[in-house]
Amino acid sequence: MSAPARSRTEADLVLAPADDELILGWRDSEWTGIAPFLEEDVAFSSIAQGEIGHARALYELAAAELGTTADELALDRAPDEYRCAPLVELRLPDWERTIARHWLYERADAIRIEALKDSPWNALAGLAAKIDREEVYHRMHADMWADRLRATEEGSRRFEAAVDELWPFALGLLDEPLRGRLCETVGRPAAAPVERGSHTEELRPLWEEMTMVRRSAPGATW
Amino acid sequence: MVTEELVWEALASVPDPEIPVVSVVDLGVVREVGVLDGSVRIEFTPTFLGCPALEAMRDGMAAAVRKLGAEPEIEVVLDDSWSTDRITPEGRRKLRESGFAPPAPRSAGGPTLVQLQAQAFRCPYCDSTETRLENVFGPTPCRSIRYCTSCRQPFEQFKTI
Repeated sequence: MSAPARSRTEADLVLAPADDELILGWRDSEWTGIAPFLEEDVAFSSIAQGEIGHARALYELAAAELGTTADELALDRAPDEYRCAPLVELRLPDWERTIARHWLYERADAIRIEALKDSPWNALAGLAAKIDREEVYHRMHADMWADRLRATEEGSRRFEAAVDELWPFALGLLDEPLRGRLCETVGRPAAAPVERGSHTEELRPLWEEMTMVRRSAPGATW
Repeated sequence: MVTEELVWEALASVPDPEIPVVSVVDLGVVREVGVLDGSVRIEFTPTFLGCPALEAMRDGMAAAVRKLGAEPEIEVVLDDSWSTDRITPEGRRKLRESGFAPPAPRSAGGPTLVQLQAQAFRCPYCDSTETRLENVFGPTPCRSIRYCTSCRQPFEQFKTI
């Protein structure tokens, strides 16, 4: 029997960003119908669709290496097996905290994508470049909202407080060598990161809802 | 006998299910067609990764090849080779005629908010460039919403990627 083309570790490298995009996409989709106004219902729904699409493509890449399928990776693992960072798990029903996470995530994700584009694994480098083209619009939206909230005194106070609160979580999105660049682009000093590897209490209820239909009919073809 | 030419002709009638006036060939998502001993190999590059139309396009292409009496093999290429610059002139014309503004050419480094807020986008209904960005996001991943202040009509703008 021949060994898989790549090691499990390499597939795991893809699972961290894939899980981040899936779980964040799920959180973004929670704004559908209840965002402050219609344009943002549309925006967050579309961003959610984009992130989940990126997750799917990354899962497909990992699935080919691990001998499984994208759906199984996305929906058939136990919550503890997900590799997502705590930042994306948080349920943030306040608009300024959602925007702060969105802005921090897009800044960190841009740094990570840039690094993945240089991956010696050609398929991953190519996919990262494709994802980058689409993420331009997510970044644009995040920057636009950061500027908008900072334009008033109250908005600025609430946005900066939310960024302060989430900053240690944002650092945990990136591998250690990339964190300095995030400090630069966000304009904040290094802090003790909330690392990837353990989960918040908020992942399980999300997971239960996300996988509910699939668990109700194991093995069904949808 | 199936030839590459016949396959391209058949693919030209496979619609994008979300914008049926344009075909997969108009969109430029067919990267390569190869014919070998009655089997047809197609390299297909998705538009936006989150687009739910991708599976329908792939199935549509497979059905079109089977209709020619050949066995399809469709390889989905998830790399960076598709850009909205690959939409053909014919595709752009069809988009405009059905009320979608075709994508602006991609500049080096990709689109910026400043560009999108500029009045360089033409209304597909009245041709005015007096249009403004309403929402970067629209009903599908590939579209933004703009508003024409000349004919007072909102319209959908294909995003540049």
